[in-house]
Amino acid sequence: MSLHIKNGVLVAPAESTQRAADLYLQDGKIIGIDQAPAGFEAAQTIDAGGHWVMPGLVDCQARLRDPGQPEKANIDSETLAAIRNGITTLCLPPDTQPAIDNSATVELIHHRNEMFGHKAHVYPIGALTRGLGGEQLSNMASLRDNGCIAFSNAKVPLANNLVQRRAMDYAAGQQALVIIQPLDHDLLGNGCAHEGAVATRLGLPSIPEAAETAALAKDIELVAQTGARTHFGQLSCARSVDMIRRAKAKGLPISADCAIHQLFLTDHDIGNFDSNMFTIPPLRSQSDRDALREGVADGTIDCLCSDHQPHEVDAKLKPFPSAEPGISGLDTLLPLALRLVEEGVLPLAELIARLTLNPARILGLPGGNIEVGTDADLIIVDPDIHWICHATDFVSKGKNTAFEGWDFNGGVTHTIVAGAIVYQR
Amino acid sequence: MPDNLNLQLDNNGRLRHFLSIEGLNQSILTEILDTAESFTSVADRTIKKVPILRGITVANLFFEASTRTRSTFELAEQRLSADILSLNVDTSATVKGESLLDTLQNLEAMQIDMFVIRHQDSGSAHFFAQHVRPGVSVLNAGDGQHEHPTQAMLDMYTIRHYKKDFSGLRVAIVGDILHSRVARSQIHALNLLNTAEIRVIAPRTLLPVATESLGVSVYEDLESGLKDVDVVIMLRLQKERMRGALLPSEKEYFRKYGLSQERLKLARPDAIVMHPGPANRGVEIESSVMDGNQSVILQQVSFGISVRMAVMAMIVGQSGGDS
Repeated sequence: MSLHIKNGVLVAPAESTQRAADLYLQDGKIIGIDQAPAGFEAAQTIDAGGHWVMPGLVDCQARLRDPGQPEKANIDSETLAAIRNGITTLCLPPDTQPAIDNSATVELIHHRNEMFGHKAHVYPIGALTRGLGGEQLSNMASLRDNGCIAFSNAKVPLANNLVQRRAMDYAAGQQALVIIQPLDHDLLGNGCAHEGAVATRLGLPSIPEAAETAALAKDIELVAQTGARTHFGQLSCARSVDMIRRAKAKGLPISADCAIHQLFLTDHDIGNFDSNMFTIPPLRSQSDRDALREGVADGTIDCLCSDHQPHEVDAKLKPFPSAEPGISGLDTLLPLALRLVEEGVLPLAELIARLTLNPARILGLPGGNIEVGTDADLIIVDPDIHWICHATDFVSKGKNTAFEGWDFNGGVTHTIVAGAIVYQR
Repeated sequence: MPDNLNLQLDNNGRLRHFLSIEGLNQSILTEILDTAESFTSVADRTIKKVPILRGITVANLFFEASTRTRSTFELAEQRLSADILSLNVDTSATVKGESLLDTLQNLEAMQIDMFVIRHQDSGSAHFFAQHVRPGVSVLNAGDGQHEHPTQAMLDMYTIRHYKKDFSGLRVAIVGDILHSRVARSQIHALNLLNTAEIRVIAPRTLLPVATESLGVSVYEDLESGLKDVDVVIMLRLQKERMRGALLPSEKEYFRKYGLSQERLKLARPDAIVMHPGPANRGVEIESSVMDGNQSVILQQVSFGISVRMAVMAMIVGQSGGDS
């Protein structure tokens, strides 16, 4: 299989300027840029028509609800949603049912992805503790041999700091990446909205910043103690950005991401108890949002993710505190990200790095870049496609969007995974 | 999902649901109070009934225990000649796993015209109102820690009854503001009625963050907060608060925040003392104050009936009252 992409504008994460280029793909790899390699014959040619050619997005946190919650979503539905929206790699947190704490579940996930045609790459993140129970370490080394790219306890608390220290020690000894979503569950309590004027007015049980920052401070200390390479996921607070910035300056082996919706929404968007705005961590204040944007711009926050959490309709059809948290994010990751460029937060190539090269490097994945010899996971994006977001148009099985009615610019015209066209508009 | 604070008003600005004081305006609040006043005479008749809700079926849905709110709603409905269906949902379908929406739709199938709902989730009354069929009304009898608007209106009625006008008044609300839906509704109502000063008095653990944003001044010391007030509203202190490490002990709470005869002297000599009930004697309020001549606590309860009658009458488009 060989493919020639002509008339594209290359948006490479490592290059600060965009330029016109042709790409030549063969056997799943990029084998030539600008110049066709000797003897290259294209079986197929795509005319990119002057649109952007960029690496496929690497979403470092997306729940596909598979195995275990077919009423919400499955690998088939969500990998289709991914490729339709320019995401070629999905990293799956371990809180599936059963949890990703054994090799059989890892194999099941891979098997199901193959069964559904391997539309996108799917990488499981292993459980840090058995059954996510927070007490016994999982078989991390074996899980890694079977394809887990990192280890996390998702949003489930660990029994105590000793377990956390030992889990991080063990992971460090295995050169495994630990992923932590900093959350103090006592401070979280039954909270469902940011502790601020909105929660006060609506009488919603609130979540203080310290639910994140107190946990993060401890987590950073344990990184210093253990040396475990650690990625902090889905940060929501201004003070967290500061703490990550300072810890990085000290040379600690850490990285961080935030969910794309945190860069656009605040607690005011809860409006009149809109359960689609219920997320954990919660939508926070304007100043938190601004600080997160700064963190993304200056690189303190390395990656942006969808934090995709598809739900069946009934999960949100409840009074706000009883609804299930989370936003269906695959369909809006790229358009929201492109809006950051429109709003002058950061240049296009840097934005794309936070969605491709950075997560790929942190997680040790192939792809995420456009270079001769790399895997050919590519997308073509027409920046002038204008569309209005409607949940009813979502490809994801989860229609629980927080962006109903938003205007977006930019649409995916082609998605290429391992050198093959898996989606064409 | 409609996301509209004025879900409770129709296009002509008339009450369609009664969900929260927030989103209403002064003229509606005043109309409720005036209508309630016209209903007080109904209680003195030999036959305590008017036909305003004749032919209308009201379902009282209480997902949380309640004595006086529920019984005064039922009395109000009876006096308006409604047909009444009262469900204690604790022991009903939801424990069998039925969702709130299914419960609602099953009741709607019984041609209910008006729902009175109390539920532990903040926002549950709005949720109900967003999902009922057009023409069906929802009255909030308390949603989580959000609002309890009929309680606030009967409190406003009580204040107006004794003080006539709000514009010169200093009102203190004392106690567990954080968990109180009553306090939130009272604060909105007092502000809409142009109360001169609203104070909330509580230890910091019982205050929500940014309390001032509700339009009140905050006192953490009872004695300075009570100085020269015209109205003292005491809130119930739930005993669970000790377990959640919000307070050290009932004893210390009473020492610092309990309303005693001695402390009441700091308020204006003609100050009235209110409590939404049920009160804990000796925890937030001394017995002698509760039973004293400044207390209007029992009057609040009887005003509750006419205020609830007024809200229901206005929802069916009859605010004339004694018709």
